[in-house]
Amino acid sequence: MISATDQFPPTSKPSESVSGVTVRLAGDSGDGMQLLGTQLTNTSALSGNDVATFPDFPAEIRAPRGTRAGVSGFQVQFSAEEIFTPGDGLDALVCMNPAALITNLGDLKKTGILIVNSDSFEAKDLKLAKLDENPLEDGTIEPYRTIKVAMTSMTRGAVEPTGLSVKLADRCKNFFAMGLVFWLYGRDVEPTLRFIDKKFSSKPEIAEANRLALKAGWHYGETTEDFASTYSVPAAELSPGTYRNVMGNQALAWGLITAAKISNKELFLGSYPITPASDILHELSKHKNFGVRTFQAEDEIAAVCSAVGAAFGGSMAITTSSGPGIALKGEGIGLGLILELPMIVIDVQRGGPSTGLPTKTEQSDLMMTMYGRNGDSPLPVIAARSPSDCFDVAIEAWRVASKFMVPVIIMSDGYIANGAEPWKIPDPSKFEKIEISHPDKPNDGDNFLPYKRDENLARPWALPGTPELMHRVGGLEKQDGTGNVSYDPDNHQHMVETRGKKVDLVAEFVDPAKVEGSSSGTLVISWGGTYGACHTAIKTCNAEGINVGHVHLRWLNPFPRNLGEIIKQYDKVLVPELNMGQLGSILRQKYLVDAKGLNKIKGKPFQVNEIVDGIKAIAK
Amino acid sequence: MSTELPVLKPADFASDQDVRWCPGCGDYSILAQMKKVLAETGKTRENTVFISGIGCSSRFPYYMNTYGMHSIHGRAPAFATGLKSTRPELDVWVITGDGDALSIGGNHFMHILRRNLDVNIILFNNAIYGLTKGQYSPTSKVGTVTKSTPRGSIDHPLNPISVAIAAEASFVARSIDTNIKHLVKTMIRASEHKGTSFIEVYQNCNVFNDGTWDYAKNKATKEEATLVLEHGKPMVFAKGTKGIRLNGFMPEVVDLEKVAQDDLLFHDEKADNSQLAFLLSRMRYPEFPEPIGVFRAVERPSYDQMINQQVTDARADKGDGDLAKLFGAGDTWSVK
Ligand code: SF4
Repeated sequence: MISATDQFPPTSKPSESVSGVTVRLAGDSGDGMQLLGTQLTNTSALSGNDVATFPDFPAEIRAPRGTRAGVSGFQVQFSAEEIFTPGDGLDALVCMNPAALITNLGDLKKTGILIVNSDSFEAKDLKLAKLDENPLEDGTIEPYRTIKVAMTSMTRGAVEPTGLSVKLADRCKNFFAMGLVFWLYGRDVEPTLRFIDKKFSSKPEIAEANRLALKAGWHYGETTEDFASTYSVPAAELSPGTYRNVMGNQALAWGLITAAKISNKELFLGSYPITPASDILHELSKHKNFGVRTFQAEDEIAAVCSAVGAAFGGSMAITTSSGPGIALKGEGIGLGLILELPMIVIDVQRGGPSTGLPTKTEQSDLMMTMYGRNGDSPLPVIAARSPSDCFDVAIEAWRVASKFMVPVIIMSDGYIANGAEPWKIPDPSKFEKIEISHPDKPNDGDNFLPYKRDENLARPWALPGTPELMHRVGGLEKQDGTGNVSYDPDNHQHMVETRGKKVDLVAEFVDPAKVEGSSSGTLVISWGGTYGACHTAIKTCNAEGINVGHVHLRWLNPFPRNLGEIIKQYDKVLVPELNMGQLGSILRQKYLVDAKGLNKIKGKPFQVNEIVDGIKAIAK
Repeated sequence: MSTELPVLKPADFASDQDVRWCPGCGDYSILAQMKKVLAETGKTRENTVFISGIGCSSRFPYYMNTYGMHSIHGRAPAFATGLKSTRPELDVWVITGDGDALSIGGNHFMHILRRNLDVNIILFNNAIYGLTKGQYSPTSKVGTVTKSTPRGSIDHPLNPISVAIAAEASFVARSIDTNIKHLVKTMIRASEHKGTSFIEVYQNCNVFNDGTWDYAKNKATKEEATLVLEHGKPMVFAKGTKGIRLNGFMPEVVDLEKVAQDDLLFHDEKADNSQLAFLLSRMRYPEFPEPIGVFRAVERPSYDQMINQQVTDARADKGDGDLAKLFGAGDTWSVK
């Protein structure tokens, strides 16, 4: 058994303290880069750094080996300061093959370190990456400090005592790379050793091989003359408390579980597997002891309809999907809306249209969630801004849904869903309860009026099983009050307007928008997963003396009640979005403001410098 | 004061809404028999829920003084799945039609049957689209001339009973809107079955497809055209003059003056495999009498029972969910 202390001695080389580091690990999708990245993230968080990650992988489970299409990457920034993005330029890039090198090198800073597995630059590897020349020899890597490491052969040598086949031995090379990176940044190997024990508990020889590979990588760093020193990143000054790492989809699932608990409800999820939303289904399925029922439906439509059925029965009902699935759910969501039942619809956005870019991020479903249903059918829409924010968003969405008797749409995206960051663990006893009541007697003399409204225009949530409150709901227009089918023209106008007004009323209930930065000059309005890049860019610009303020929208429908007033204080408005300008169009139409778009549609999140450049281009 | 619960009469299950089907429509009879069935089986209004899709038959929930949902086209099984999975104590009925269940809702129909959710599905089969004013449906015969098929329909129809059996349904039956006694009996059997029970009802649309089931209803032909299935009994029809015998893998009609009853095919609705039920579902008039009654009734755990059992088991194994434990599981660190 290898223990952390004697087998992984602290370095004897000098250590340079830096405030933050951005590392990207890139290799074949079978090379275990996501695993390596997750370990580096967790370890860095455990050592007190603030962390932000950006996993980036192909849509194919095993894309052709060694090709550019098969490259899988994981970027992590760990820092002694509070950070909001996984970083722009890379301080270090680890490349397991030529395809990874050629597709990622452009993001490495000129001062950055390039670490390559030199064993995988044979003629056949170059051919797979469609390279005529070896980039290690043709000058491509000239500008960078490059460290060529024969990872494959050294890993084989290191794991030899276990007697593993060459094929299995080669699978351990990500642990060799991990050992080297951990050594370089003075990371603690203990959590990873624990991870190996747990993950490979049924395969002790594989566990041992991985430990040996990890150790070989660590010792290589210490012995090779290529590295004169290591780097250390001190702990960040986060507010006191107990922290853990969370990923967006996990935080969303936990937020939903929490919302159910504090509203005294049992949770029902109707869902159909789809990237990048499936992890919410997986996570919720694990927690049946919280009274969670998960239904993997036959299709997206059945998923949303089952949720409506569960909502009718009194559960906290949820359906999760991504863009293509939300498109299919439109009619079912519309029924939830006209039935005026509370439920949550989650859209973890990905690149579109159609199947689009399943594993890449985008913000291009806003118009669809706002307007993508037949009839005048507005619904409250809320967007998470970071992985940990997903937790709070889930609770807030259920608060609104149950108070106003309305389906609420939560927007997330692939970047948030798979990204990780430290999360200060909340005290469960401090959550404000969500009060939900169900009537048990008639509300109009001896009659029960299922559409009699309260001050929030919400109707009573009367549950099947309650004597004397029998009523029928349906998709046909209904008379206000009685809920009976009605084709009366004035009633229809009244009902459409009432359902719209109910959504507007949400603005009175939720927090107004807050401005960060300057209160005049240029205003940046952002929403969803671009928060981190925008926030960091505004701080950078303010530090340079540029007059720019920032409003990040949590609710997209309704907009915050003070947004119009805020916009008036500024000369210019810039709306950065990962789409062709969807929020920008809505803002223009609603506030008659000349909002300028900063639009990126590459399946990748914004870099901070892209926003900074966008601000500089229009701000004086 | 009496401690006995008030016994409800069929009329107690009627809502205050005017029934708006065309006069003479077969739906009226099914509605009337349903009220009888609920009263006879001692059901309460508050614990009964009707869920329908879209179509003439799907207006059904509005006419019942129970809980109800008139949902969207073809999806009633999915709404029922969400409701019954979370409220297994409710008595849930799905009302659907041939277009609703077999065309737009074909997928959900198949999946609710294989899952064996404990609900009762009644498919009003009139072999036409009534509410959209008379287009052919997935059960219309080839050559049906309608507004959308002026030269006759060209697609081969589906047989609802065969589809249900192929989809692993645990209870499959057929009845006829005007055969009141049989319909009531069949619905009671369906109601008593644990798991999804499916009944195809031959229903006359007197406006757009009048008389399509006449052969099975008219005095002159019905004895020859239908065969009443009874578990454990030989398959006899035409007032006891004819029977069905198996010849190799194929059924054949035989004259009972020449063949002994013991040589006939005997019905076994509880058979483990569905071959007999499927064979019966393929018998179509005029070559054969069309069976009515219960084709198949087998026991299998229901979806709603199992989904709730998993929650109970998880709570027994891990204890009731504790948020602090959930958040604190795995690696954490403290900042002072
Ligand atoms: S159109 Fe046909 S099925 Fe519909 S109500 Fe009229 S008769 Fe009945």
